[in-house]
Amino acid sequence: MTQTAEQSVIAACWACGTENPPGAHICASCGKLLASDSRDYFDFFGLPHRLTLDIAALEKQFYRLSRKLHPDLFAQASKQEQQWSLEKSSILNDAYRTLRDPIARTEYLLETQGIRLEEQSRDATDAARAAGTAKQQVVPPDMLEEVFGLNMQLEEARMAAASNMQDPQLIADLEAAEKNFTAQMDALQQQLESLWAAWDTALINNDTAAKDDAKQKMVALLNRRSYIRNLVRDVQQALGR
Amino acid sequence: MAQEKVVGIDLGTTNSLVAYMQDDVPVVIPGEDGSNLVPSVVALAADGRIAVGNVARTHLIDAPDRAVYSAKRLMGRGMEDVQSELQFFPFRLAKDLAPGEVLRIQLGEREFTPPEISAYILRQLKQNAERYFGPGSSVTKAVVTVPAYFNDAQRQATKDAGRIAGLDVLRLVNEPTAAALAYGLDKQKAGIVAVYDLGGGTFDVSILKLQDGIFEVIATNGDTHLGGDDIDNLLIAIALDDIAGDLKLDLRHNGEAVQAIRKAVIDAKIALSSQQQTTLDVNLPGGEHYQRTITREQFEQLIAPVIERTIAPCRMAIKDAGITSAQIEEVVLVGGSTRIPRVRALVEEVFELPSRGRKPHTELNPDEVVALGAAVQAKILAGGSAATEDMLLLDVTPLSLGIEALGGVVARIIQRNSTIPASATEHFTTGVDGQTNVAIHVLQGEREMAKDCRSLARFDLKGIPPMTAGMPRIEVKFLIDANGILHVSAHEQRSGKQAEIEVKPTYGLTDEQVETMILDSFDNAEEDFRQRQLVEARNEAETILTLVERAPSNPAWKLLEPEEYLRIAHRKAELEAVYKGDDYRAIRNAIEALDKATRHFAELQMDTAVSSAIKGKTMQTANENLGEGPTAPHPIAPAEIETQER
Repeated sequence: MTQTAEQSVIAACWACGTENPPGAHICASCGKLLASDSRDYFDFFGLPHRLTLDIAALEKQFYRLSRKLHPDLFAQASKQEQQWSLEKSSILNDAYRTLRDPIARTEYLLETQGIRLEEQSRDATDAARAAGTAKQQVVPPDMLEEVFGLNMQLEEARMAAASNMQDPQLIADLEAAEKNFTAQMDALQQQLESLWAAWDTALINNDTAAKDDAKQKMVALLNRRSYIRNLVRDVQQALGR
Repeated sequence: MAQEKVVGIDLGTTNSLVAYMQDDVPVVIPGEDGSNLVPSVVALAADGRIAVGNVARTHLIDAPDRAVYSAKRLMGRGMEDVQSELQFFPFRLAKDLAPGEVLRIQLGEREFTPPEISAYILRQLKQNAERYFGPGSSVTKAVVTVPAYFNDAQRQATKDAGRIAGLDVLRLVNEPTAAALAYGLDKQKAGIVAVYDLGGGTFDVSILKLQDGIFEVIATNGDTHLGGDDIDNLLIAIALDDIAGDLKLDLRHNGEAVQAIRKAVIDAKIALSSQQQTTLDVNLPGGEHYQRTITREQFEQLIAPVIERTIAPCRMAIKDAGITSAQIEEVVLVGGSTRIPRVRALVEEVFELPSRGRKPHTELNPDEVVALGAAVQAKILAGGSAATEDMLLLDVTPLSLGIEALGGVVARIIQRNSTIPASATEHFTTGVDGQTNVAIHVLQGEREMAKDCRSLARFDLKGIPPMTAGMPRIEVKFLIDANGILHVSAHEQRSGKQAEIEVKPTYGLTDEQVETMILDSFDNAEEDFRQRQLVEARNEAETILTLVERAPSNPAWKLLEPEEYLRIAHRKAELEAVYKGDDYRAIRNAIEALDKATRHFAELQMDTAVSSAIKGKTMQTANENLGEGPTAPHPIAPAEIETQER
């Protein structure tokens, strides 16, 4: 809420008074560092809120901005400029870290759209940990049967481990399950990329209905992904990896 | 305008160096003795002067209770952290340390915190640089290197040391990153490089991506308590066992003997890097002699458990970097311990170098490369030159930052290996109606539970406007700066009020404490010390002279022999002659002489006092005649004099 108010400010350069476009980091006229006015990661890089990203170009832009904003370049500057450089480069680094990672980027975009990803959120994890219970997750309906079978196998594996027994069939089953879930994760990655394309197109066409549809599908996909990722982790744990 | 001179300092566990970018080439600045290395040893000489480096090293053998080495191991740490160190290092800590307090090291009759010890070393390096730059030059700004795996408290302690030494620390640079800068200077390379840094007390591994002059650290790992010291301790333990078995001598608590053995095992360790075998040869107190031949093979077997502890951090760094070892094009070796052939072989195995026809880089002196890199970074910060143009260091935070959540678990807010500066914003609220304070516990580490992580600080958010529970929305911003040091700011969003933060650093010095520790220029510090000694000596002289003045009125006086009156008068005159002067040592000697001369009188006085008490006087009034209690220099406590004055 407070973010939108900040973004609309047109920055007049503190040193020469030139008005720079929103999101400018350096004064176009005198080359001085401008105060931070954008905290949005896409805005910071001067990018539209699209999800399909050229990572190599992002890296280039990251290096280019680092050369302008990093605190090393302001060691001899005023305290105020040092502070701005520190703030700006921290946002730059946070933004780069988030945008270059496909999942973090998607989650970040959904958050800027006011969506809280409850299942992945740290609050939910903390609450579950504090209560000493496993985080409750809604099992995607089409996976119920599969998960039921897997849970039996995981239980068996725990018992076998506790009594130091080796059950080659069980290990083979779990390895097969791991392979299956890993393949599902890969498939989800493919699906996610097509959802990015759907979002990007809706954004360009300013098609609200298509945007909402893409958002909802991405939320569902991320929840499913997080669920499967936890299954992979459980299986790997049972296999002693 | 000429650039201000900014020097690069490698503040090492064993040795420290200062370097400077001279005409686009980094060079190490030697000390007055011509040596590039200043041993990281600080001693309090018998005359109260502070000695640093090679001079201090002689004290290690002669007066081990007045010297300290490897104090870097204690930086930013508390009692609870250092218990294992105390088994192997002759650190004498102050007896009255409380948990959570900054450590204090006992040197002779004085106590110093680890940042103060480091400050003496930094001040020596500063003076070496000023001497090198010529008369009238003053060095006030520096880049100081720290192990990449140093936590916030250790970094803060290093910065404090700089301030105490009168140096503005423009940047703390991670040691392996500095080494990469030194190597990268003459080769405009692109690709992935690993730096393996096994020093005297710390181990770091960093993986960097080099491209167009940008040195981007992508992962780092390490162990801040693993280094050459551990190898030495292993060899010392064996020697002590041998001596206990063969010579029936238990020398474990004999500081002098242990130091002599330490020196011998270090010589042996160094010899075994170039020879197949060597002989340990130590003269022991009491005329005994310890000798043992050790082959390289034995040595390698012995140290295997120590050096193999570097493997896991290397693997973890490679994994965190998201690469395979085959993608690492070059490996740079840093730190004196990488001279050991077995360590080199281990590095070749871990990074799969031989199968790719590669060798680790050792062209630059492994003792000097970190300081040289620090000088390069110092030049960049001073404004740069043709040689450093386009060079930019992007480093990472080595440890995840978290806050304690419900149930003692850690909620991570900044992941390890995040490029710094890095930040995170968290929201907090109140749990009780009208609550105006919220306590926040900040931690660093990779473990799940708060109790297993390193406590950085406890913050109290104060001045929250009283509201219904859950209503305030306090935004707290955590920011790790380019030095890897945490800053916190907060404001309450509903009222727009800036919440006040009170930082209680764990094992850190407060700003006020640092202020009081700041060292004046060398001469002043010495002069101050002399002044204090002089004032104390004069006070003591006055006390004892007054007591002797009053002595004839004491019944015990009459019991003395004529020659005793003469001796006391003589010694008293001697003290009166010197005590107005400004040689505190002469005053001390005269006090001691007068003390000795009046010892018999003091004993008689005690006897008389006891008998007067029997006659009906109280001990109290008897004591009043005797002096001023246990702090008075002598007459009532003759037995203490010997130990007090020596």
